[in-house]
Amino acid sequence: MATYNTSDFRKGLKVQIDGEPYLVIESNFRKPGKGNAIYTLRMKNLVRGTVLERNYKGGESIEAADVEETEGQFLYRQGENYVFMDTANYEQYELSSEQLGDAWKYLKDGTLCQMILFESNPITITPPNHVVLKVEYCEPGAKGNTATNVTKPVKMETGAEIHCPAFVEMGELIRVDTRTGEYIERVKE
Amino acid sequence: MSESRNETLPQRREVACPGADHWQPTAEWPAVRLRADLLRRAREFFHEHQFLEVETPLLSSETIVDAELEPIGVTIGENGENEETFWLQTSPELCMKRLLSAGADAIFQITRGFRKEESGPLHNPEFTLMEWYRTGDGMEEGMGLLSDLFQRLMQTNPAKRLSYRDAFLEYAQIDPFEAEPAAYAQIATANGLAVPAQLGDEIDDWRNLLLLELVMPHLGQSEPVILFNYPASQAALAEIRNDPHPVAERFELFYQGIELANGYHELRDPHELRRRTEEANRQRVAQGKRLLPPSRRLEAAMRAGFPRAAGVALGVDRLVLLAAGKKELAEVMTFPFDRA
Repeated sequence: MATYNTSDFRKGLKVQIDGEPYLVIESNFRKPGKGNAIYTLRMKNLVRGTVLERNYKGGESIEAADVEETEGQFLYRQGENYVFMDTANYEQYELSSEQLGDAWKYLKDGTLCQMILFESNPITITPPNHVVLKVEYCEPGAKGNTATNVTKPVKMETGAEIHCPAFVEMGELIRVDTRTGEYIERVKE
Repeated sequence: MSESRNETLPQRREVACPGADHWQPTAEWPAVRLRADLLRRAREFFHEHQFLEVETPLLSSETIVDAELEPIGVTIGENGENEETFWLQTSPELCMKRLLSAGADAIFQITRGFRKEESGPLHNPEFTLMEWYRTGDGMEEGMGLLSDLFQRLMQTNPAKRLSYRDAFLEYAQIDPFEAEPAAYAQIATANGLAVPAQLGDEIDDWRNLLLLELVMPHLGQSEPVILFNYPASQAALAEIRNDPHPVAERFELFYQGIELANGYHELRDPHELRRRTEEANRQRVAQGKRLLPPSRRLEAAMRAGFPRAAGVALGVDRLVLLAAGKKELAEVMTFPFDRA
């Protein structure tokens, strides 16, 4: 297993702590002029998103995480699981809805996502920042009401609900920001 | 002329090495000017106090032997037989002290130091330091002069004196001259500190952890603070005073939680110098670090006669950082190590 020594510590490293993969988001070096150095890492858990801070003594080492970033194409849903294909090698992976988090809201057949593999197993899926989805159901909007501050719940083709301006109609295409879960605009076919 | 220059530029870009885009300095011009101004005022201060500006080698066959300082070695010579290792100085200490033995009264220099693997927001492997020595001085006079210089450069109040022990009692609720490692571990846990898994039971490693995490952040938040009377085990090359708890006559200045200067009432005994060098080398070997050559020439200088003196080294880059109100050294250095 590859390891990183304190002298390799830097932002962006992917490391393994207690069997879980972390991304180093901040690396700090402190040392009294005459005295031992303390290396501090702030790390983000790549599975759960929690942040951990640890101190190390010079010369200590930690395990590197076998983490790979690839492109995963969403194929279909199978029960509680979602099936993706690695576009680089056509390998197929299943992720549970728990692993997916909110990402399921933006997935339709063929959506290309960023997929993180840890020891060859997918751990996270990140959809593109913007996706275009069809409105499957909503209450009809008042004709001519173009105000964007009046919103209504809209059910999208993925089954997820989102708040849209009242003028959005069934069957229309809308652009959604997957990071905030917010409606951006209508899209002409 | 200008046309032909334009024509050659795109070609040069193609052969550029990776990272060539980062050719610009990281410091902005106001910080560069502020540095020049601080250096000029420091020189004025030393001239007013009748200090002689000196220069000593950056590359030397000897280097400070310290368990926690890693010098950069430079091998000179074409083949194995003529190869000789010289050391980029971690500070100009050894040669400046030889000048004291040779008759200097009061000397200063502004030079570069090099410390391997020291990289971080407040560390750069190559850095600028200001170092001075004055004969006749002990710790008290040494602290006084440091405070005067700092006050002049930074327009602060005089430095407040705080003993190492009182600082720990106040900010870490522990007596650094009595406590065992287990007591340090308790304090660390109680304060939610992340303790390195391999910290071990070296008392000085524990002291330094608490110093960094609990004590330093409080030091110099209003006026600068000079910490003094360090544990004897951290004497480096300072005289040790045989109090009930023996203390090193070593002092350090802190401002806004940042360590800026380190000073000693200088050790004068060549036998003690040899003993400490050997002890430092013993610790280095225990930590898997390489042996460093003993400081024979300083030893010889001390045998020839070394005057009572105090000496201080001050980190210039950090001084500029504080004067400019910046957070990272890169903001006050033209080209930090990753752009050097």
